[in-house]
Amino acid sequence: MAVIRDLAAQGVQMLLVLALAPLLLGFTRMVKARMLRRRGPPLLQPYRDLLRLIRKQAVIAENASWLFRSGPYMIFAATWVAAALVPTFATGLTFSWAADLIAITALIGSARFFLALVGMDIGTSFGGIGSSREMMFASLAEPAMIMIVFTVALIAGSTQLSSIAQFILTNASLRVSLGLALVALIIVAIAENGRIPVDNPATHLELTMVHEAMVLEYSGRHLAMIELAAATKLLLYVSLIACIFFPWGLAGPDGDFRAFIVGIVSYLIKLSVGGFLLVLFETSIAKMRVFRVPDFLGIALMLGLLGTLLRFVSGSF
Amino acid sequence: MLVAMALMGVAVLLTAALLAMALQALRGASNFVYPICFMACSVLLGIAGSALLAGADPAPTLVLPIGLPWIGAHFRIDALSAFFLLVTNLGGAGASLFAIGYGRYETAPGRVLPFYPAFLAGMNLVVLADDAFAFLIAWEFMSLSSWALVMSHHMEAENRRAGYIYIVMASFGTLTLLLAFGLLAGSGGGYAFRDIRSVAAALPGLTLTLVLIGTGSKAGLVPLHVWLPLAHPAAPSHVSALMSGVMTKVAVYGFVRIVFDLMGPADWWWSILVITVAGVTCVLGVLSALMQHDLKRLLAYHTVENIGIIFIGLGLALAFSAHGMQAPAALALTAALFHVFNHCLFKSLLFFGAGAVLNATGERDMERLGGLIHNMPLTAFAFLTGCTAISALPPLNGFVSEWLTFQAILLSPALPSWALKLIVPAVGAMLALSAALAAACFVKAFGVTFLGRPRTPLAASAHETDRASLAAMLAFALLCLVSGILPGLFIDALAPVTQGLVGARMPAQTALPWLSIVPIGESRSSYNGLLVFLFILISTLLTIEVIHRFASREVRRAPAWDCGFPDPSPATQYTADSFAQPIRRVFGSVVFRATERVDMAAPGDARASRLTVTVRDLVWETFYAPLAGLVSLLAEWLNRLQFLTIRQYLSLVFVALIGLLLLVSIWP
Repeated sequence: MAVIRDLAAQGVQMLLVLALAPLLLGFTRMVKARMLRRRGPPLLQPYRDLLRLIRKQAVIAENASWLFRSGPYMIFAATWVAAALVPTFATGLTFSWAADLIAITALIGSARFFLALVGMDIGTSFGGIGSSREMMFASLAEPAMIMIVFTVALIAGSTQLSSIAQFILTNASLRVSLGLALVALIIVAIAENGRIPVDNPATHLELTMVHEAMVLEYSGRHLAMIELAAATKLLLYVSLIACIFFPWGLAGPDGDFRAFIVGIVSYLIKLSVGGFLLVLFETSIAKMRVFRVPDFLGIALMLGLLGTLLRFVSGSF
Repeated sequence: MLVAMALMGVAVLLTAALLAMALQALRGASNFVYPICFMACSVLLGIAGSALLAGADPAPTLVLPIGLPWIGAHFRIDALSAFFLLVTNLGGAGASLFAIGYGRYETAPGRVLPFYPAFLAGMNLVVLADDAFAFLIAWEFMSLSSWALVMSHHMEAENRRAGYIYIVMASFGTLTLLLAFGLLAGSGGGYAFRDIRSVAAALPGLTLTLVLIGTGSKAGLVPLHVWLPLAHPAAPSHVSALMSGVMTKVAVYGFVRIVFDLMGPADWWWSILVITVAGVTCVLGVLSALMQHDLKRLLAYHTVENIGIIFIGLGLALAFSAHGMQAPAALALTAALFHVFNHCLFKSLLFFGAGAVLNATGERDMERLGGLIHNMPLTAFAFLTGCTAISALPPLNGFVSEWLTFQAILLSPALPSWALKLIVPAVGAMLALSAALAAACFVKAFGVTFLGRPRTPLAASAHETDRASLAAMLAFALLCLVSGILPGLFIDALAPVTQGLVGARMPAQTALPWLSIVPIGESRSSYNGLLVFLFILISTLLTIEVIHRFASREVRRAPAWDCGFPDPSPATQYTADSFAQPIRRVFGSVVFRATERVDMAAPGDARASRLTVTVRDLVWETFYAPLAGLVSLLAEWLNRLQFLTIRQYLSLVFVALIGLLLLVSIWP
């Protein structure tokens, strides 16, 4: 019985992240439009976009290889698995020990690796510029993320997200290093998801675009997969911040049905607050030049390193 | 018995070398030399595997009455030797299998065939040797035979320069090892490893530094790496694979053998030296790799980075064991040794791929390649697997060993010394940085070589490589996956090695549910490659199934979109240099003093605009150029001694005699 409950909870988690990802995207777009005094698209527009894309015929460049056609599925699968491994409404799910935070970071890295490769497959200059810049951003964002993982892991004594959430829940106290890690993680999340000020998710035909440049050649179901993967990645980062820094409401490993309901409701609240804050930040800042981004990410790296150093020096920070 | 069998295998290799020398003029000589090497390496691989798994105690030894008369030649297979014997012969068997196909296209087989088996034999002997004399002879044999292989295409000036720098660095490395063994043996002068183990090293710090220089120059630690990116690419590709994938590992073996086994406990502060050098090696190696557009040179620089990762693990193990923390030391050592194994797999695989590309197109320069995935799909697949593995991406094997290294770093706040507390997190950041840069580097390597449109007619008319080469590549790709999803088996096999060297082992992994791995305890951290792999596989298949069932399956081929402005010229694609430009600008401006100068023609001027990029090799400029200048200055000065009269020579001899007598009389 317990096994069925565990597996069901794991399945719910996998489907939940998939179902909520476009909703979070639609929510941020809606709030952003309202803040800009526009009406904006309805909340459920991303679902409609995905459905429309899936029904359409896929147009592929003449010299596309097998990697171009299989890439979107691999990218989506890696992102989905990574997102499903982050505790959303409950900790200690059956398979949560299969991968720790470092592995989740690396899974996102796998998705990015293949995204950058498919960007170069057709051999257009837009694809190349996108891949090149994405890897440049990643070369700073990924070490920053690892440093954040170090900081958090040294506080909680574990790299497992479930153990970290449990530790923060039971030993809640304000710490300098935790604050540094939070700021760094927000910067990394903004950069990784290509939000303003690093990249503009709503842009096309601009020399500064990064993510959109890589996926320029995609259409139809392939594009749908990539868009869904991007939405899932946004959800993943919001869940990650919620899980590490605001784990309140998470159901424990032996939680009952009621605890799960509480977990899901509090997760929805966290998502909407996270989405709202993201939009608030985006609307209040301008996009930066591409070679300013390394400085921005360098701040995250330095904050992460500082947090780790503080933890190495003394356990009280 | 095992040792005798292993030595027989080595003897077979040496015989093959002699045979090849005699028969090199024959057209089909490569048709029997490489199969013999393949079989000998496979047998040695089996011996190593059985020695590692059986774990005979005491380790089998054998003394042969050759070499110096009062020492003889000692050979021994303990767990450490068995592990490195396994790595050596796994790489050797793979390279020989690859060469069964690849070697047929060799333009100068007479310069490769005799030395190739000798090189394999030399590496095997280093690992088997159990006294300083046999070790050094084998080490030098390995160096010289690989030098001959580097020089096999000596008609190109670049290769001659590579060979020259290599032989100078190799001799220097052997010299420092010679001095290190002298210090280790002490005034008692027992050169068998058993005798060395029994006496405490006189000057452990100096010995460790000498060993680090001697083995580090062979492995490619910064700043001793300068020969490596020149020499490794100059050799034929299967030899490059051996040099990068295996010979650097033999150097790591030398370090582990001397420092962890022979020398006895060193003071903790020497680990600072190792960790710092390793961290710098990591970052500098991968950044240099990013600046390259020669595929094989890129791979060679990347070896430097991976050696850095291995030495970070070794340095941490040294620090932990100096502080009596056995379990973390075992973790760090396991991480390093597992990375040795993994790097042997994927770096050999990548060099095989580069060899196949070189064979198909005659090009090593990525700027003249592109689009090879269409004509060489299987090579592309194998190369992509290698790229994914070396970029430390799950679920492949490179990730597991880096993950273990990270876990070891996370245990280091418990170290009592302050210097380490400050250096280890910085080195952790360097490791994370180099892992991310490695991914960028291999997106570039694969993307520019195999993806996009062909940049030259040669690249467009490439053909898939032969079956033997493909078999070697696909086998190594499969091994990368297997060791990535079942790391527990490999970690458990390393247990006797760490038990012997640091007196502890990682917890038994194969008993854990679902074959996951845990470094210390399950509540701290765990990783399950098998489950991650299955998750990705199942969700990919599920997605494909759902999409293809419910969505449109139609596909239309059309010209590339490119925002409405597609350009038919393949020169408009991103090149290797333009791909690395953002990273060169961010990191290279500091590390390489990289500058870009744009010389734009004035409006109306028909002259072509120029973009000049300068990248400086600061290691060469600060260390080697002054050293070379000093040496030539001294040589110039000493040159005068060649043109003296007989009276002056006689007086010189007299002065030298008096000086020596004085020295002897006042020596305490």
